[in-house]
Order: sequence, then C-alpha cells, then structure tokens
Amino acid sequence: MVAAHPAVGEILDWLKEVPDPEIPVLSVVDLAIVRDVRWTDDGELVIAITPTYSGCPAFDVIARDIRELVTQRGVERLRLETRLSPPWTTDWMTSEAKERLREYGVAPPAQLIEIAGTATVRCPHCGSEATEVVSRYGSTACKALYKCRSCLEPFDVFKSH
Amino acid sequence: MTFEYLLRLGDNALILSQRLGEWCGHGPVLEEDLALTNVALDLLGQARFWLSYAAEVEGAGRDEDELAFLRDAAEFRNSLLVEQPNGHYGDTMGRQFYFDAFHDLLLGELTRSSDPRIAEIAAKALKEVAYHLERSTDWVIRLGDGTAESHARMQGSIDALWKYTGELFEMDAVDHEMRERGMGPDLEAMREPWLERVRKTFDEATLRMPTGTWMQKGGKRGVHTERLGYILTEMQFLQRAYPGAQW
Repeated sequence: MVAAHPAVGEILDWLKEVPDPEIPVLSVVDLAIVRDVRWTDDGELVIAITPTYSGCPAFDVIARDIRELVTQRGVERLRLETRLSPPWTTDWMTSEAKERLREYGVAPPAQLIEIAGTATVRCPHCGSEATEVVSRYGSTACKALYKCRSCLEPFDVFKSH
Repeated sequence: MTFEYLLRLGDNALILSQRLGEWCGHGPVLEEDLALTNVALDLLGQARFWLSYAAEVEGAGRDEDELAFLRDAAEFRNSLLVEQPNGHYGDTMGRQFYFDAFHDLLLGELTRSSDPRIAEIAAKALKEVAYHLERSTDWVIRLGDGTAESHARMQGSIDALWKYTGELFEMDAVDHEMRERGMGPDLEAMREPWLERVRKTFDEATLRMPTGTWMQKGGKRGVHTERLGYILTEMQFLQRAYPGAQW
C-alpha cells in the first residue's frame, strides 16, 4: 500500500509497467496511449487514455490492466476517460521507444513529416533499405507487412499514423 | 435530427464492417484476409463512436449495442452501397473504393463541424480512412489495369455498383438542417471532387467511367434492398436468440 494520493509522476512510473498486449516491449506510456493523469479536488484519480486505432481490440484490455494495477497500488477512486482529440499519432512515440521496437524486430514508424518526402523502411534485422511492402496490413491494425530483399526476412512495420 | 444524422454515419460504418467481416477466413490470400478484417475493425470502432454518441443524443436510455443489435432493417440508415454483397474481389474493392472516396471527403468536412464531438470522431476516423482509400485505389488500378479477365470483371463491378453512388450526395431535410447548424457539409458540393477522384483512378486503371444516370435511393430513410435483412439476421442472431446476453 502507498500513500493515499501518490504524485502524478509516480503514477506515470507505474503505468510504464502496463505493456501493450500486442507489443509487450512497449508500455502504454511509450505508445502515448496515456494522455493525462490528474487528481480531482475531491480525491479521484483521473487517467485519460486514447485509442491508437478506432477499433483496436487491445484498448479494452489496456483499460482493464490500468484499472487493476492502480487499484492494486491502493488507489480507491479511479475514473478512466477516453479521449479522442487530438487523434493519436505515432509521432508521439519517443525515439527510445522506437529503438526498443526495432530491437524487438518491428520496424519503427517514421515521423509523419518524413513520409511526405521519401519513406524508406529499414529492415529491423539487417538494416538494409532494400525492402518492399507485402501487405499494407499486418497482424494488427497498427502494423504492415514487409520483406527485406537483402536478408530475405519478412518483418512487421509499425505504420506511421 | 442529430440522432438521425449520427445513425447514418454509424450505420454506414457498421454495415460495411459487417460485410467485410464476412471475408474472414475466405480471403484470396492470407494478407488480403488480414487487410479486409483490419479495415472492418477500423470501421467497427468508428461505428461504435458514432452510435454511442447517437444513443446519448437520443437520451432514451439505449446504448450503442442496443442500436446495433436491436433495430430492424427499416430503422437502419446506411446507404444502399455498403449493404451490397461481397461478390468477387472486384465487387468488394469497387464498393470499397466508391465508399472510401466518399467517406474520406465527408470526414474531412466533418472535422470542421460546429459540434465538437462530431469533429473529433471525424478527425480520428479520417486518418484510418485515408489509408483505406489508398488501398482500395491500388486494387482498382491493379485489377483494372491487369489481365483481360480482371479488367472485364472490374469494369463489370464498377458499372453494377454505380447506381448506388447517387444517394451518397443527395441532400434531404436532415442534411439541410445539419448544414444550416454548421454541423454537417453540403453533400451536393462534394459530388464534383468525388467524381474527379473516381475519374482519375479509373483513367489510371484503364477503366471506363460508368455512364448510367438512373440512381437507386432509399437507404438514408430506411428503405433498403433485401440484402440488409440477411446481414442483420447474421449480425443480430445472438442478441435475438439470447436477449440481453453479455460477453
């Protein structure tokens, strides 16, 4: 058990322990799904979360995981708010999170401003830029399927969104 | 009026999602199976946002699930285009392309809605739909500018579906009121940009622009083709057989 009203920074640290169910190397904080954490004047903890894609089935699991964790740590009153605006973008992911994604074998998203120019997708395994799209959609809404012409490995790409 | 309008937005997304879901396990290749169901999932999420808001606006104690699962065909407000059968891949992609091109324009307009909730749902959905449109455009071009067989079938699909596109741009009393309140766009004014987009894609796909002028209408006021009943039979089965069942 902890103090009744832990600081917002501490709660954010807790939330870094909540993984994305589909991409467990990233937390809900890395993915910028958590948009706001605050205490109301009458002692209720409010956590605002935003869905990545409108129909992402992981969203309900994430909400449940956050609720479980925060409740376990002794918070008695929690309100989860779904926030749609501004719409989620992969540009909010930190470069550190993107690097972890690459190590996990998923090519990270490019900044949207770069897409307008030349979008090269680098193979997360061998680093080659000789890659081609196999399918615009992969195993989840947030990914596309590519293959590398150098090392011949297929790989997932986290779509820039 | 706002309730009616939100039903139209939600039902278009819901019914097309259900149609695309029928491809699950039947796609021509695994990647296409995944792609179609991913698009279906985006649309289902969007439908949920619209119908949740519709239920709130209605204020009759219903929620989005009740709107989806407990209304009968005549209470649905989707356009006739999205309820058309999957047919072959050209039919599915032709339907998707016509709708995506419309949906992309509509959501772009709705991001400027005077109703902040409509604007934020539209902004969220627009990013997904822009991606849907890129993909369906690619497929129309690939099949149109493909073999003699794929070209002929793609042409057949866009010709057959053409008569369901007129309704998308028709303004009725609901649309006029939403426009006057700054909540929705002038659909008629979207027709020309839509035609331009379609023409450009068909040119690239070496397809002929359909020329039919007679348009089938009715979906927006609940007069549907017989197809919708079959969709609902499947989609609503569980709630009708086991009323109130919870997941």
